[in-house]
Amino acid sequence: MSIKLNALTKSLWVFHMAASPCNNCDIEILDALTPRHDIERFGMLLVGSIKHADVLLVTGCINKKVIDRMKRVYEQAPKPIIVVAVGGCACTGGMFRDSYNYAGPLDKVFPVDAYVPGCPPQPEALIDAVVKVINKLKGK
Amino acid sequence: MKILFQYIIFPGFLFTAIVGMIASWIDRKVTARVQWRVGPPILQPLYDFIKLLGKEIIIPKGASRGTFLLSPVFGMSAIVIVSTMLWLVILSPENSFTGDLIVILYLLVIPSIAVIIGAFASKNPLASLGASREMKLILAYELPFILIVFIPVIKAGYTIKLGELLAFQAKNGVFLNHPSCIIAFIVAIMCMQAKLTLVPFDMPEAETEIMGGAYIEYSGAPLGIYKLTRMMMLFVVPMFLVIMYMGGIIFEGWHILWGILKYVLLLVIIVLIRNTSPRVRIDQAMRFFWRPMTILAVVGVCLAYLGL
Repeated sequence: MSIKLNALTKSLWVFHMAASPCNNCDIEILDALTPRHDIERFGMLLVGSIKHADVLLVTGCINKKVIDRMKRVYEQAPKPIIVVAVGGCACTGGMFRDSYNYAGPLDKVFPVDAYVPGCPPQPEALIDAVVKVINKLKGK
Repeated sequence: MKILFQYIIFPGFLFTAIVGMIASWIDRKVTARVQWRVGPPILQPLYDFIKLLGKEIIIPKGASRGTFLLSPVFGMSAIVIVSTMLWLVILSPENSFTGDLIVILYLLVIPSIAVIIGAFASKNPLASLGASREMKLILAYELPFILIVFIPVIKAGYTIKLGELLAFQAKNGVFLNHPSCIIAFIVAIMCMQAKLTLVPFDMPEAETEIMGGAYIEYSGAPLGIYKLTRMMMLFVVPMFLVIMYMGGIIFEGWHILWGILKYVLLLVIIVLIRNTSPRVRIDQAMRFFWRPMTILAVVGVCLAYLGL
């Protein structure tokens, strides 16, 4: 395994994109940073700008209004970027899949590396998703 | 050849980078412990830096390419020169020339100016907002900072050589024994916090309101160089205060440990201020530095002039 990949898996900086969520998943993401779960011990940080990010967390049911903005944010991300769909809405559309303005699911917009189902998912499930992503990067 | 070795390996780039990374780790670990968390492993700053070197570099459309990419290098080279000068003086006070104190004062501003230039070159409105805040912050803290730097100069008999300041302290005891220098030291800690743009004076890169501010458009290696510069400053600026007020580090026996303890004490003060205060607005910061801090600094200069 190269040094670059090793460093990447040990310092994943997370950018959190809210694509019209109900804010429940977002609160669970912030839960993962609190003293009980403390993902900073694995080197993960929440960053403010997509240009600094290694992981793109997407929450919410994707509608026709946000889809252009989402594509623009994804194109601005420095590669390699890992995309994680958080919550039932981002994975499949959930209860909003038959809405008139629904434009998802997320993997129709851009490639997704990990899915975290749940409404909302628990912080443990988020950490499990990150472990799976790291194993995928390492080629296991 | 010797000069090249001094600038690149010891006490220049490599040494400063390693100690700066350790200092940054201590900062993050103590922050985590204060918040009852576990905190990152000791190699975390190194992982962050290597990872950023491997990422894609994005140059925004319409940005000034050369300025955008070169300004991080400007800032880092300035801080490397400061570190080399400081450590050569610590190793032997003869390695000092007339006026090196003024050169260091100038060079310590350059990293902030590099941030401003880079932010304006990136053609991002939030970055320009961060840059203008950084500029106001420099205007605010430089006035008391220069005033308090001249208090030890007055005490040591009007010399602007760092080596003579150190020799004076070795002979007559450290400057912190005098009341005027205690005032200067309190002001210096506040100015140091602003120079490092840490909370409560981190308006230029306020993560929650302007999303990284001056650094918003940087990605990959330039961002890594900025982060490395910040880590180096966490080592160099407290070291400057250790030389000015606390007698530097003396390289014999137990004095080495005592010298390291002085630096760690300053670092812990920085971390504790950072963790116990909220971010202030830019006008509050300017008022803070121009009124109470400048008045304290002027009082300190008067006391030093009267010989206290």
